[in-house]
Amino acid sequence: MNNLLEIKNLYIEAFYEEQWQPIVRNISLNLKRGEVLGLIGESGAGKSTIGLAAMGYTRQGCRLASGSINLDGTELMGASDEELKAVRGSKIAYVAQSAAASFNPSHRVIKQYAEAPVQHGLMGYEEAEEEAVELYRRLFLPTPEKIGYRYPHELSGGQLQRSMVAMAMSCKPDIIVFDEPTTALDVTTQIEVLAAVKEITEKMNKAALYITHDLAVVAQVAHRIMVLRNGRLVEEGETCQLLEKPKEKYTRELLNVRNTRQEKPITDKMGVILKIENVTATYTGQENVLEDIDLVVRKGRTVALVGESGSGKSTLAKVITGLLPATHGSVSFFGEILPPELKKRTKEDLRRMQMIYQMPDTALNPKQSVRKVIGRPLEFYFGIKGKEAEEKVRELLRKIELDPDSYIDRLTTELSGGEKQRICIARALAAEPELIICDEVTSALDQLVAEGLLDLLQDLQNKTDVSYLFITHDLATVKAIADKIVIMLKGKIIEQGEKKQVLSPPHHEYTDKLLASVPEMDPNWLDNLLAQRASAFI
Amino acid sequence: MLKLLRQSPLSAQIGMAIVLLNIMAAVFAPIIAPYGETSVVGDVWEVFSLKYYFGTDHIGRDLFTRMMYGARNTITLAFITTFLSFLVGSSLGFIAAVKGDWTDTLLSRGVDIIMAFPTLIFALMILSVMGSSIPTLIFTIAILDSTRVYRLSRAVAMDIEVMEYVEAARLRGEGLWWIMRHEILPNAMPPLMAEFGLRFCFVFLFIASLSFLGLGLQPPLADWGGMVRENAGAITFGIYTPLIPAGAIALLTVGVNLIVDWFLHLSSGLHE
Repeated sequence: MNNLLEIKNLYIEAFYEEQWQPIVRNISLNLKRGEVLGLIGESGAGKSTIGLAAMGYTRQGCRLASGSINLDGTELMGASDEELKAVRGSKIAYVAQSAAASFNPSHRVIKQYAEAPVQHGLMGYEEAEEEAVELYRRLFLPTPEKIGYRYPHELSGGQLQRSMVAMAMSCKPDIIVFDEPTTALDVTTQIEVLAAVKEITEKMNKAALYITHDLAVVAQVAHRIMVLRNGRLVEEGETCQLLEKPKEKYTRELLNVRNTRQEKPITDKMGVILKIENVTATYTGQENVLEDIDLVVRKGRTVALVGESGSGKSTLAKVITGLLPATHGSVSFFGEILPPELKKRTKEDLRRMQMIYQMPDTALNPKQSVRKVIGRPLEFYFGIKGKEAEEKVRELLRKIELDPDSYIDRLTTELSGGEKQRICIARALAAEPELIICDEVTSALDQLVAEGLLDLLQDLQNKTDVSYLFITHDLATVKAIADKIVIMLKGKIIEQGEKKQVLSPPHHEYTDKLLASVPEMDPNWLDNLLAQRASAFI
Repeated sequence: MLKLLRQSPLSAQIGMAIVLLNIMAAVFAPIIAPYGETSVVGDVWEVFSLKYYFGTDHIGRDLFTRMMYGARNTITLAFITTFLSFLVGSSLGFIAAVKGDWTDTLLSRGVDIIMAFPTLIFALMILSVMGSSIPTLIFTIAILDSTRVYRLSRAVAMDIEVMEYVEAARLRGEGLWWIMRHEILPNAMPPLMAEFGLRFCFVFLFIASLSFLGLGLQPPLADWGGMVRENAGAITFGIYTPLIPAGAIALLTVGVNLIVDWFLHLSSGLHE
C-alpha cells in the first residue's frame, strides 16, 4: 500500500540565543492508511513540532530547515500558503491537547463543527449537521442528536475532547494528528477518548499520528511507536515488539518507571497528626461540596486522596489549610482543634502545615530569586537572616538535589517545571513542617521527572518523618507513594483504608472502575476492557 | 540596565533624548537662561534674534528664558503629582484586591463617585473654593488622577492575587503589607510603569489647561500652559509666540509616549 505521509530527513530549527538551532534532527517516518503511529517522549522531545510539521506548519520562531514532507503526493516543504490551506483540514487535521481552549465558548458545538466543511464548500449547513450527529454517535457521545446544540461549557472534558475529534473529522481528512488528547483528562474519561480514537482509525480507515508522553496510553492505540528524545529518534518498532524487547536504555527507563516502588511497612501505632471529623463545606451556601468527611493522617505516613476532578479533593485541602472554613465538623492538628479561619490560626500551626501546588509555574513568584523564595519562610518563622540563612538555603537546595552554586541566584522563571516543583518542596521544607499537603504535584510534569520527584518526596519522608496528604487523580502515583488510600466521589468518601486493602478486591464499584481505567502496558488492554464493559451492558 | 538601553529601538531613544533635553533645561535653567525669569527686557512680541532666541512675550520678557523656567515648574509639578497619585491609587488598588469583600466595595464605590464628576469641573470647583496654591493644585490633581490608577492597579492585582504564590504567602501567615510589597508589586510593575508615563502626560496637559483657564500656576511664575494663554492673542496678529510653549508641551508628550510604548512592548513580552 502507498504511504499517505512520508517524511524524510526532516530538520526543524528554532531561533533562540540569537541563532538558528536544530530542535528536530533527521527524522524520517512513513504512515499508511489505517495505521496509527505513536510518537512518544518527554517534553522538549520534539513530538508536537513533528506533528505540526506533518501539516506543513511550524510554531512562531521555528522553521522547516531541510528534508521533505510528502502528504499523499503533495510536497509540503516550501509549499505556498494557498497549497497548504487546501491540504489542511481536508487531508490532514489536528486535535490539540486542550479541547476546552480550542472551542469558541460563545458558539454551539455543532455550529463550530459545521464551520469548516461549509467554508471549504464541501456541503451545506444542514448536511454537515446530519454528519455531525452521525459522528457523535460513532464516538459514543451521549444523546448524539442533542449534544451538538449545547455550548462548550455544558460538556465535560471527555465529551469536549471527543467532539473536538469529531470536528477534526468534519472535512473527512485522511490523517489526523492527535497531540496529547488525553493528557488533561481523568483516567475514567481518558478511556472514552481512546475508544473514540480507535473507532476512527480502525473502522473508518484513517491514518493517525498519536503524540503522548504516556507509553501505556500509546500502547493501546498505536501500531508502531517512535521514541523521541531531544529531537532525535531513539528507537522505532512495532508496538508489541517495542514493549516486549526495548533495545535502548531510554525506552527501558520509560517502561520501567511504574514498577520500581518498594513496599513500606505499615504500622498504625504512630501518633495522629491530622484528624478530620464530620467536615462539611460549601462555596455557595446551598450545595455542599464536601459532606461528612472523616480522615486521619499519621506521623511519617502518606495518605493519598484519590478522585476525579470535581470530587472535592482540592476543596478538602482548602478546608484543612483554612482558606475555606468548614460549615460543620472540625479539623484537629496534633490533638487540638484548629480554628476554621486562616486568620485565627497561630503562626506555629501555619508553620507545621505546608502546601505544595499542582502548577509550579503559578506557585512561584516569577520576580523572585530562588534565594528569596526559600529564604523567606526561614526569616518569617525562625527569624534566620543573612549568612546563616544563606547557608540554610544552600543546605535545602542540596536536600532537593539541586546544585546550590548554580541555582541560588536564579529567578524562578529560569527553571524547568521539575526544578520549580523541587523549589516548592524546598520552600515547604524550610518551615520544618510536620505535614505537607501535596495537591496533584506531579500531574503537570513528565513521567520521568515526576518519578524523580516522587522518589525525592519518599526519601525526605524516610529522613525527616514528615507526613504527606497526597491529592491526586493518578492511580499510578498512588500505588507508588501511598500508605493509606482515601477514595472520594462527589464530595463524599466512598472507601478508605490501607493501600493493600483498597487495591485488592473486593472493592467498591467506583474504586473498581477507577482501578480498571489505569492503562496497562499491554496493547490488548483497551480492547479487552471495552469488550468487558460492552458485555456488562447486555 | 545599560544593555537594555543600548538595545532599545530608535523611537525610544528619540523619546529619551527629548525627555533628557527637557530635564536638562529644567535643572540648569538658572545657568542657561540669559535673563531673569520675570524680568522685562525688551519690546512686546519681538521676533527671534540673537539677542532673544525665541523672541519676547506679551510684556517683553525673554521667551527662551521663560521656556527654561517653565520646564522647571511644569515638569516638577507634573512629576510630583503623578508620583503622589500612583502612591495613593496603587496602594488603595492593591488593598482592595487583596482584602476583597467590603473593603473592596467601599473603595471601589468611593472611586466611582469621584469618577462620576467630569475631572475638569471637579478640579475647577475645588481650586475655586480652596484657592489656587501649588500644594492644593498638586493635591487636587493627584486625587483625581489616583482614581484611574486605582482602577488599573486593582485589576492588575486581582489577576495576580489568584496566583498560587500569593495563596502560599497567605498560608504562610504573611501580612497585607508583605503580600502587597513582595508578591504583588513586582509583578504589577510593568503595566504600572507604562501607565505612569501616560498619566504623567495627562497631568501635564491638565495643568496646562488649568493654567490656561487661570487656575493653574499663578503669574509671574513661568509655566508652559500659562504662557500659551498669556500670548494667545498674538496669534491673531500672525505672531508665532504662543506656538512655542504649545510646541514644547506637544514635544514632551510625544517623547514620554515614545518611551512608554517601548515599556509596553517590553512588559507585554513581545521582543520582536
